[in-house]
Amino acid sequence: MEDMILNNLSYPVLSITIFLPLAGALIILLLRNAGAIRWTAFLTTTATLIVSLPLYIHFDKTTYKMQFVESYPWIPEWNLNYTVGVDGISILFVFLSTLISILCVLVSWKSIQEKIKLFYMAILLIQTAMTGVFAAVDLFLFYIFWEAMLIPMFLLIGIWGSSNRVYAAVKFVLFTLAGSVLMLVGIIALYHAGGKTFNILELARVHYPFDLQIWLFLAFFAAFAVKVPMFPVHTWLPDAHTEAPTAGSVILAGILLKMGAYGFLRLSMPLFPDAVKTFFIPMLILSVIAIIYGAFVTMMQKDIKRLIAYSSVSHMGFVTLGIFSLNQTGMEGGILQMINHGIVTGALFMCIGIVYERTHTRLIEDYGGLARAMPIFTVFFTIFVLAGSGFPGMNYFIGEFLILSGAFKTSMLLGAVSILGIVLGAAYMSWLYYRIVLKKTNNAEMTDKLYDMNAREILMFAPLIILVFYIGVQPHVPLSYMQVSVEHLLERFNAGGQEITAVKGIVEVLK
Amino acid sequence: MTGLMMKLGELGPLFPEILMTVFMLFVLLAGLVVKKKSIMAFLSILGAATVAYVIPISTGTAFDGMFVSDGYSMFFKYIFMMSIFFVALMSINYSAIDERHSGEYYSLMLLASIGMMLMASAGDLIVLYLGLELMSLSIYVLTGFLRHNQKSNEAALKYFLLGAFATAILLYGIAMIYGLTGTTNLKAVAEYIAKNGIAANPVMLLAVISITVAFLFKIAAVPFHMWAPDAYEGAPTPITAFMSIGPKAAAFAAFGRVFFEALDLAKTDWGAILIAVAILTIAVGNILAIAQTNIKRMLAYSSIAHAGYMLIGIIPGTKEGMDAMMIYMLIYAFMNMGAFAVVILLGREDIKSYGGLAKTHPFISAAMLVFMFSLTGIPPTAGFIGKFYLFMAAINAGYTWLVVIAVIFSVASAFYYLRIVVNMYMKEMKEEAAIAPSPSLSLVILITVLMVFIIGIMPSPFLNL
Repeated sequence: MEDMILNNLSYPVLSITIFLPLAGALIILLLRNAGAIRWTAFLTTTATLIVSLPLYIHFDKTTYKMQFVESYPWIPEWNLNYTVGVDGISILFVFLSTLISILCVLVSWKSIQEKIKLFYMAILLIQTAMTGVFAAVDLFLFYIFWEAMLIPMFLLIGIWGSSNRVYAAVKFVLFTLAGSVLMLVGIIALYHAGGKTFNILELARVHYPFDLQIWLFLAFFAAFAVKVPMFPVHTWLPDAHTEAPTAGSVILAGILLKMGAYGFLRLSMPLFPDAVKTFFIPMLILSVIAIIYGAFVTMMQKDIKRLIAYSSVSHMGFVTLGIFSLNQTGMEGGILQMINHGIVTGALFMCIGIVYERTHTRLIEDYGGLARAMPIFTVFFTIFVLAGSGFPGMNYFIGEFLILSGAFKTSMLLGAVSILGIVLGAAYMSWLYYRIVLKKTNNAEMTDKLYDMNAREILMFAPLIILVFYIGVQPHVPLSYMQVSVEHLLERFNAGGQEITAVKGIVEVLK
Repeated sequence: MTGLMMKLGELGPLFPEILMTVFMLFVLLAGLVVKKKSIMAFLSILGAATVAYVIPISTGTAFDGMFVSDGYSMFFKYIFMMSIFFVALMSINYSAIDERHSGEYYSLMLLASIGMMLMASAGDLIVLYLGLELMSLSIYVLTGFLRHNQKSNEAALKYFLLGAFATAILLYGIAMIYGLTGTTNLKAVAEYIAKNGIAANPVMLLAVISITVAFLFKIAAVPFHMWAPDAYEGAPTPITAFMSIGPKAAAFAAFGRVFFEALDLAKTDWGAILIAVAILTIAVGNILAIAQTNIKRMLAYSSIAHAGYMLIGIIPGTKEGMDAMMIYMLIYAFMNMGAFAVVILLGREDIKSYGGLAKTHPFISAAMLVFMFSLTGIPPTAGFIGKFYLFMAAINAGYTWLVVIAVIFSVASAFYYLRIVVNMYMKEMKEEAAIAPSPSLSLVILITVLMVFIIGIMPSPFLNL
């Protein structure tokens, strides 16, 4: 218990943040009226955000310990507790999950007209699962939330997606399941090796034999790599993102992809330090491949949504590059970039959703001249495109800068190569912008359907715009949350285990 | 006179079986006068409930250890009573079973359950054989109960011929054990093996293989699974549901008792066989299920695969493994009964005909979704807890590689279970068919859905059973 600070607020803040959406989903089950369902979903997600606010206000930034911890026995036969808590690494993701969920409700207000009840129940269940993943301090609980997410996400893509939705939904489930069942084996093996407990903090105190660490790392890697997704298991992502309804794409890009990288930070690093030290070079190389390969593939896309989807492969490559740089700057950059990616890519998917709602086409060649037809939209779109290409003063710039300076400290070569990814990123973003916003079009049929954004649509972009600039100008605020936790993580990481000389040799060469 | 009284006093542990026999005879006789399924179903459920009530108060051994009623047999007997409860309810609205024959139908079901109870309590190979025959013969008849249906007839014949073979092989194995040890009592066999060190005797090996084969046949493990898809498809659907739980649980109960009490020392023999069989069963069951277009056949192959998972619980030879296997059986009973209840309620067997049902029947579809995800083993459903416990026991005993194979095939299983969900939720409706509402089936679905969630979220009370 020494690594945990019990919840000192007057109410179980984390449990309410996790399970309020579930309660909302159960209420929606009883409703019949579409309007009532929408409003219940909106109020539930908003209430969840409000309830969770004390988390960020009362968070103690000077300690690495788990805070707001609640722990109750759950399955005593297996020494299993329901334990939730947040530290500097997870708290920002809890915030992002609660925020993105509100936007998902808003963005679907008009576009979802079929099976409304099931849709909003799915969104709320996903919110419960994803918040739970980030707040779980117990490995079993972590896995339950991790997997429980599959069911509503499968329905979300498969029912409300576009033409090829069933294929995308099944592919998504099979890929994710294939990864996570191996993690399940790893979790059970870890339970037996770590003294019959599922508590992540207690498990981290044990030093596991090197061979076991390698196997466990690979088992967890299977699950996390699919979720991130890392090259070469990224192929489910373009399908799922493209076919999903806007809210689904926003959740996938905004939160779901982060669960993999978060898993590396929360589990792989503290539990298997020796294995991470062995494997970090291949991880870095896979990251760089994802960055460059992802960027080139992005460039060639004809479908706007697929383009943004592939850009996620490239951007998540930066995230894993930062994390596996294994230094303070790189890791902080990686975590910050996950938040940034959630905000910007989420926003870009919402932008596409807005035009798609009007024109029902996603092909780039059908578009053009949006600047004239939708001036307000253009302002927002411009900001997010600039942010996405790493424009200074906005959030991506900070994240990419930190990641690259971290990567350079570890390997000059890999750092230098991945800079190319930023150049390519700027290229595909501005090219996309030119083709759909600036280029003249003769497609009158399309332009007739366009009308500018309404108040609801502007409102849902407002928090994202604020965050883009706030993180861009005041990066020390989000960084201050994670600093101590990342420090502690690295401290323990470097203290534990032996140095692996062969790996050091490779590092020297790469430098 | 006192000797007779003593013998009667010894019957205490047999009280549930005796009571069940009384109910069975009563249902059979009542069937001559009352031609109403709902009344027969009520009587059967009343019987099952009464028996379930007396099960815990009748522990002990009878007939010099030939019959053992302990915690182990009690657990399985509850599963039998539960499946009678569900199947009796499910049969009420199953129109293919004529009201005129309801007496025979229900009494055969109860008769089969007496056989199962004997199997779970068998402390002697002869009692085991008696129980197995009683159960099997009743179920052969039930499989062919649709007399004018060719498929049903074919299924019964196939099941009977192959089943008779399996029973013969079991008897052969029992004979060899008797020849070696001079006894059929499980405890005495174990003592004899230990005292004379004949665990590695080749005849012993042959006997172990024969007995194993017979059990593997009853649980439909590969390569003794051939009968299952045909029998499942041809049998009346409530009986298919019954077959997928009752005989399987009974066979597993006997499996556990024979191997752990009598043949524990020969573990190297049967352990190796079971590992190979478990892998084959999981692989073949899951892969062939993908190719099915008829939902009853698909569930048959899925049931084969699940038997493979349950074998993983027996392989380590630990108490934890056995406990996990028993819990898995219980969980499987709930989710599979639920799935079959949905199949009966919808009254259609072609998987494609499930298209678009979520629109017209949201609650039934949602229930089916829960069962399918539970059968796949995705939390927070009971199916996940079952698999988790099994894998935990196997990994604890050092069979990590076996678990890795099992989980990889459970991903493959997601493919065919999801196909049902895909059809119901993501495809358009093919044929509009009025579905007659049925309170009894709805009750089964409601109970099973609730249990799938309760065990999935709060498994603690069940782990202590």
